[in-house]
Amino acid sequence: MSVITILDYGAGNLKSVTNILEFLNCEYLVTNKKEDIKNAKSLIMPGQGHFGQFMNALQEKDLTEITVEKIKSGTPFLGICLGIQVLFEYSEEAADVKGLGIFPGKVVKFTHGKIPQIGWNKLKTTQNNSFLSDDYVYFVNSYHVIPDDKRIVSAYCDYNGDFVAALEHENISAFQFHPEKSGEIGYGFLKKWIDKFVCF
Amino acid sequence: MLAKRIIPCLDVKDGQTVKGVNFLNLRYAGDPVKLAARYSEEGADELVFLDITATNEGRETMRNVVENVAKQVFIPLTVGGGIRTLEDIRNILLAGADKASLNTAAVKNPEIIFQASKAFGSQCIVIAIDAKREADDWYVYINAGQKKTDIKALDWVKTVEKLGAGEILLTSMDADGTQNGFDVELTRHVSLNTNLPVIASGGAGPVMEHFSEVFDKGAADAALAASIFHFDTLKINDLKEFMTKNKIPTRLMPSCI
Repeated sequence: MSVITILDYGAGNLKSVTNILEFLNCEYLVTNKKEDIKNAKSLIMPGQGHFGQFMNALQEKDLTEITVEKIKSGTPFLGICLGIQVLFEYSEEAADVKGLGIFPGKVVKFTHGKIPQIGWNKLKTTQNNSFLSDDYVYFVNSYHVIPDDKRIVSAYCDYNGDFVAALEHENISAFQFHPEKSGEIGYGFLKKWIDKFVCF
Repeated sequence: MLAKRIIPCLDVKDGQTVKGVNFLNLRYAGDPVKLAARYSEEGADELVFLDITATNEGRETMRNVVENVAKQVFIPLTVGGGIRTLEDIRNILLAGADKASLNTAAVKNPEIIFQASKAFGSQCIVIAIDAKREADDWYVYINAGQKKTDIKALDWVKTVEKLGAGEILLTSMDADGTQNGFDVELTRHVSLNTNLPVIASGGAGPVMEHFSEVFDKGAADAALAASIFHFDTLKINDLKEFMTKNKIPTRLMPSCI
């Protein structure tokens, strides 16, 4: 099994992600160094907090271009929470800051219900899904993604209307929910991702 | 649709789970790490740890407990009790907690809510409120319920919402310890007037209807209880089956992985 590279942008707490990788007996490297990202065999980008701060932190460490390059060149990539949102170019949370722009589309704020959405919501998987099942997973989010191309959506959830809970496209997987906080179900999803992309 | 959450609360003193009435006659309820793992297996949606030690050594022990729980229990963990500064919050998050709960410190210094939500994100900051009825309204109490303030519960909720709090943990001092059911009226009064999720606390007895009532009539987003779970008078999985039968959105445990 190769080492999983975890991109540390500085403000996020990565402990829950590293805890579950240890539980799964995975080797990992937490880093914010360009060289490490360049050499990554697989990349996990967990994120919490603010879209603008995240992108600015990436920019300051000169990691934006290399991250885009790695994702586009086929390196297995898993984005979690804010890690799904920054794959898009534009977010209502920081209108003046550009995201990674991997997928066309945008990130918008929930318009109904209590915000943030905090708690367990049930996935509705699509045909474009190879890791997930129609179970409850844990969300903490105020914003959600709207991809132009709906074919990349692998699961929706209902929060006063359907929103995108997960994406899958070639080497890219991204979850709006927290698999590392979704109990046995989340553990199972991560294990499937690792089986497919890390130890294959 | 979001599931209504069931949250066991573990009072921790010197590294052990304890349960007593008003901090008197404490009974030991076991190793918090084992208890946390068991609750997670039984379907707890989240766990709250309340540190009831007052000493620095106790705080250190609490961080170790959280660290050990976070290594094997993969559901959200909230820690409260004695958290006063940004540094306290940072330390408990670094130990593996997902959220920190503030009570007295937030009332004494509301600015900390704003600073903490800026530094760590609103989702990390839970405001715990101890409220007690007086005439037609409810007032906020601090110092573990020892000291009354002039602040009305709903006014306080609105203030903390503006300052960036992410969630409200609302304890009814009138209901707490009675096992006669949650304070549906207080919960509803708060939950319908805030945009923040509300966790109802205090009063749960070994009666499943107490939970359906606080979700249906009280509009609670989550319900917290301690002793009924510790001493097995109510099983979380039984409660969740009951909720499902009563059409309350509930996360049932997957039968197999």
